[in-house]
Amino acid sequence: MTETPLLRYTLRLADNALVLGHRLSEWVGHAPVLEEDLALGNLGLDLIGQARAFYAYAGEIEGKGRGEDAFAYLRDAPEYRNVLLVEQPNGDFAATMMRQLFYSAFAHPFFEALQASRDATLAAIAAKAVKEMAYHVRHSAEWIIRLGDGTDESHRRAQAAADELWTYTGELFEIDAVERALIEAGVAPDTAALRATFDKTIDNVFAEAGLTRPGASFMQSGGRDGQHSEHLGFILTELQFLQRAYPGAKW
Amino acid sequence: MTEKNWPLWEVFIRSRTGLAHRHVGSVHAVDAEMALQNARDVYTRRGEGLSLWVVPSSAIVASDPADKDVMFEPTASKIYRHPTFYDVPDEVGHM
Repeated sequence: MTETPLLRYTLRLADNALVLGHRLSEWVGHAPVLEEDLALGNLGLDLIGQARAFYAYAGEIEGKGRGEDAFAYLRDAPEYRNVLLVEQPNGDFAATMMRQLFYSAFAHPFFEALQASRDATLAAIAAKAVKEMAYHVRHSAEWIIRLGDGTDESHRRAQAAADELWTYTGELFEIDAVERALIEAGVAPDTAALRATFDKTIDNVFAEAGLTRPGASFMQSGGRDGQHSEHLGFILTELQFLQRAYPGAKW
Repeated sequence: MTEKNWPLWEVFIRSRTGLAHRHVGSVHAVDAEMALQNARDVYTRRGEGLSLWVVPSSAIVASDPADKDVMFEPTASKIYRHPTFYDVPDEVGHM
């Protein structure tokens, strides 16, 4: 399958949103309190809404009649283009919130910049997503501050989550040939320019939480080109079960 | 692990059309900021409002249900307090 840079780029944005949205949906009915159960569901639905918009656009770009369902339900793991961060397991509540903080601290300034894209559709989706991601930053940051500055146990778990997930943050800022071409065309924002904003958000939150930001380390990557951890296969098994077992089934 | 209930907060929403905040329910939360976020996530999922208040439930002073007769019964016989005894001139239109 050959993908034009714009199609591949759009699928990366869509897959990030779908996979993280699905991860959050796994909490529904299992969150520690009712209020957080709804909050996690709300965050997940924001992301799944973004995914739908990006998939619909990907179908338009491709022009082969594939719609959002075909992209979400009928591609295997190597065709998924999401970063490895979003497919990491929910773990404990601290791990879920840390993953959300890392992702949204990137995604918020990213969508802010994508609003200026020369691609009118991407800019329009970004304009809606930017407000949603601002709330994701706020919610996850407030939780990380309370967990880091809470009990010995909550602090230990929050620090462990940061140490575990930090290695997946490098991929958010990677720029390959696909992305470079779109940056030069004025379609994609230059993520290198977003690094300072991301660092500042994380540093502020960690300072208030009393957490230590992990130092420079080996960074995992490959998800955006379809090389995933084993977790994605399990996610898709559940996500795609219905369409695989009953092809073409309609609601 | 110790299980402790989080404090309770009363939630008030000012809707798009309404002028005053209205009580809609309550949430549990560890502190004021999280109470606002929880109220947003529990009570404004369908575009219900433009402004939120949260108030610690412990700050509410309530009348005693046993005082119901003393407090509210005396008004029952004072129907002249309702503005229904006036003829409104046609020129006034809708009031």
